[in-house]
Amino acid sequence: MILGFTVVLVGVAVLAGLLCIVLGLAGKAPADLTVLSLVVVEVLLLAQIVMALVAPAVGNAMTGNPAEFWLYLITAAIIPPLAVVWALTDRSRWSTVVLGVGALAVAVMAYRMHQIWTVQLG
Amino acid sequence: MPAATPTTSGIGRVLVAVYGVLALAATGRSVFQIIDRFDEAPVAFLLSALAGVVYIVATLALAFGWRRVALATICFELAGVLIIGTLSLLVPGADVGSADPRDRTATVWSAYGLGYLLVPLVLPVLGLLWLRRRPAASGA
Repeated sequence: MILGFTVVLVGVAVLAGLLCIVLGLAGKAPADLTVLSLVVVEVLLLAQIVMALVAPAVGNAMTGNPAEFWLYLITAAIIPPLAVVWALTDRSRWSTVVLGVGALAVAVMAYRMHQIWTVQLG
Repeated sequence: MPAATPTTSGIGRVLVAVYGVLALAATGRSVFQIIDRFDEAPVAFLLSALAGVVYIVATLALAFGWRRVALATICFELAGVLIIGTLSLLVPGADVGSADPRDRTATVWSAYGLGYLLVPLVLPVLGLLWLRRRPAASGA
């Protein structure tokens, strides 16, 4: 993983999480802004998958356990689609909050993934 | 999704969602720890796997309105995180998971779930408050 990209991924996920939670508590049903914020998070996660596959070939190998890293990354990549399906089937303020919860979960996972890649010895 | 019950609408849904994510995270991680490094902290990882399974049951109980099962599993989780969290901090040598969330042997309950942003500590309390406020319409 690359520090700059991790910062972007975690930052966007946190922003999307806070945005969705605030808008959800304010009574907004899932809409373009909130759903698209999760789509952006998912795109970044997919980019992260590509980067993690390519990285060792360009000299950036992870220090931690690859199985653990990929467990986190694949799980994280599943969460935004699940959250969006949830939001589209139940268009209430609470499913907007659920979108936010999903985004925050992705943020925490991305942070952990970076630790596994750079600090943890596997 | 199951038919709407008092806990599958409104804030109950958020509770189900958070429990679901925690169940996924805790179970996945404990299964990995058991496969990868079981001998480093066998008791801690087995406890963590048990916690994961109970979280899964709690998620289902909240989603399907099984009130008594939800109550039992949530109480178990609260007791677990308090007991294991305290042991992990007071008895560093105990095989209950490292109190340092970055450590390889940290679990969902060690240090009161600090590695999971204290969600394992706060969530059962919110769950119990939610169950108290709900009318016991669907019984068990």
